[in-house]
Amino acid sequence: MEEKIRVLVAKLGLDAHDRGAKVIARAYRDAGFEVIYTGLFQRPEAVAEAAVQEDVDVVAVSSLAGAHLTLIPELIQQLRDRGVDDVLILAGGVIPEEDVPALLAHGVARVFGPGSDLDEIIAFTRENVRRRAWS
Amino acid sequence: MEAKERKERFAGVSDREVKRFYRPEDIAGLDYDRDLGDPGTYPFTRGVYPTMYRGRLWTMRQFAGYGTAEETNARFKYLLEQGQTGLSVAFDMPTLLGYDSDHPFADGEVGKLGVAVDTLRDFEILFDGIPLDRVSTSMTINPPASIMLAMYLAVAEQQGVPWDRVSGTIQNDILKDYIAQKTYIYPPEPSIRLIVDTIEFCTRYVPKWNTISISGYHIREAGATAAQELAFTLANGMYYVEACLARGLDIDAFAPRLSFFFDVHNDFFEEIAKFRAARRIWARKMREKYGAKNPRSWMLRTHAQTAGVSLTAQQPQNNIVRVAIQALAAVLGGTQSLHTNSYDEALALPTEESVRIALRTQQIIAEETGVANVIDPLAGSYYVESLTNQLEEEAERYFKKIEAIGGVVRGIETGFFQREIAESAYRFQRRLKTGDYCVVGVNKYVDPEEKVRPRILRVDPEVQRRQVERLREVRQRRDPARAARALEQLRKASGSNENLMPYILEAVKAYCSEGEICGVWRELWGEWREEAVY
Ligand code: B12
Repeated sequence: MEEKIRVLVAKLGLDAHDRGAKVIARAYRDAGFEVIYTGLFQRPEAVAEAAVQEDVDVVAVSSLAGAHLTLIPELIQQLRDRGVDDVLILAGGVIPEEDVPALLAHGVARVFGPGSDLDEIIAFTRENVRRRAWS
Repeated sequence: MEAKERKERFAGVSDREVKRFYRPEDIAGLDYDRDLGDPGTYPFTRGVYPTMYRGRLWTMRQFAGYGTAEETNARFKYLLEQGQTGLSVAFDMPTLLGYDSDHPFADGEVGKLGVAVDTLRDFEILFDGIPLDRVSTSMTINPPASIMLAMYLAVAEQQGVPWDRVSGTIQNDILKDYIAQKTYIYPPEPSIRLIVDTIEFCTRYVPKWNTISISGYHIREAGATAAQELAFTLANGMYYVEACLARGLDIDAFAPRLSFFFDVHNDFFEEIAKFRAARRIWARKMREKYGAKNPRSWMLRTHAQTAGVSLTAQQPQNNIVRVAIQALAAVLGGTQSLHTNSYDEALALPTEESVRIALRTQQIIAEETGVANVIDPLAGSYYVESLTNQLEEEAERYFKKIEAIGGVVRGIETGFFQREIAESAYRFQRRLKTGDYCVVGVNKYVDPEEKVRPRILRVDPEVQRRQVERLREVRQRRDPARAARALEQLRKASGSNENLMPYILEAVKAYCSEGEICGVWRELWGEWREEAVY
């Protein structure tokens, strides 16, 4: 039987907007992914630790509170420090267009803004998971 | 022969199916005196005041705050110059959650989503040149609400304004935070105690202050339908009433200062009906269930805000139109004050330009359309009255259910509300996929060429450094013995049943920081953790 893609949906820092994160988590679940949701108020190191513990293929960060340029690079650094460099990192939420290049340079694969289509998010995730040979 | 219609089923944003048209049978049994009453009379369905906007227009109150107190003070003055009639403070995330700007968790978040406040010094700057006896101020803050109120009262004292002349509102509604906004700190019991303390204190010393703003806005924005927003908000309201009664307070002393805050979403008539139903339900509960005698205790006075979540990042100018229609619904619904969102809502905090258009939208409705000349013009409409009745019935069904599951706090602990809301949010998102609900510019009339983005507000990263510096300076300059004593006395009182407001006031005046005060409580009461449901 095919193994499920494992996704960690994460909320970082003090941002308490969780509507989008929950919608994304549910969409992944309904699409047959194995979903772990961190809940609110997570520090980057805790999310990195959870990614290792749960052996996930995707880290999906939802950010609406403007701290993305501080917290997302820190999370990626924490992942690298733990030797994780093959997970797909996605971000979404309220992230100004001009900040997107910096996030991509840090290793985020794509940023999905408000109004993003759920099926497109799912499709992109399936196509870009790197760790195992998904068919 | 049955004519064919465009769709199988017609439903608005809350997914309530509506009929082709409504007839007298749909409101059979509606009794004018019992169910509507003239404006200003029980059950206030048609409005809480006999003259409504002919007496005084609603308060135009734009929610504002970013950066440090200096920047926000300048934005306040700009808004007042543009004809705004009340202030509304937006705080940054560290302030909302009781962390000082130099706390490690505050890194990257200082002044980003609202103004950064650590000590009384920040409030002195925030309200510099703003006479607190002439402007009313609303503050969107919850667990630290008592601290912000104390800072406000301390500034009033400095300005020589007696407390019985200051007016405004603290949100101070923790239940909807557990349910939807999620800016909670402590567990329910001590949180409710703090709220009852502020209500008791203001009833005696700050009689014009709205001690709480019982909020449906956040519940709706988190995904609830109109009926869920209405039901959960009023259930929370009744919980607070019962908590105050349990303290031994006199209902007719505190109830007139309870205020509400609702969302105004896209489904025009449903929203108008929601405001009407809210007033009727509240009046009935206050009079019949709780035995309030003072007519002011029966009145549901409310603030309204247009639905941020309905606004799109795509083709952002379209948002101006959405906001205008929603604002019109709030006015036809009889709101007491209104915030209109800016067209760049889905992109960033508003710029001066975008917030001016939002304010002008209210001014156009007030001055040009004639809608403020007549009260509750939709009364008697078969559709609107039938919707008002339906919403009341749906709310009553939820009240029974909430009671059956053990009450509001039990419902929070077991994730009942959170699950209901997450379910509605996901259902809505799926309707966008199937095309059952249309959002112009997002799933229909999409512009593939869209490129131009409006200029957005960016908060200077220097803000954090400046704010931390100011906090250090305040700590250096204050009387350390007085500050330490104030915190110690607060700690002692917090372990007893005493009203904490006098202790909070002393701590604030001793320039203790918000983080220090919340720190006392974090240590004593612990922190609330939720089980996330989706
Ligand atoms: C709903 C909302 C709220 C609700 C939140 C309810 C909740 N529990 O989530 C309430 C009313 C409580 C709220 C409060 C506040 N809010 Co608010 N809020 C919004 C609003 C209107 C919509 C967000 C939303 O839920 N949309 C619906 C969901 C489904 O969409 P979404 O999250 O964008 O997710 C979609 C995509 O972005 C993407 N996506 C999102 N995350 C991810 C992650 C991954 C991995 C992927 C692949 C995709 C993805 O997919 C989703 C589906 O399309 C936005 C403005 C806007 N229109 O976007 C402001 C907004 C985010 N809020 C803002 C602010 C300032 C606040 C406050 C701080 C105000 C204050 N000072 O008190 C408070 C406190 C916030 C808190 N709780 O942390 C600002 C943030 C400014 C900024 N970033 O620069 C915004 C942008 C509004 C504004 N212009 O001022 N808010």
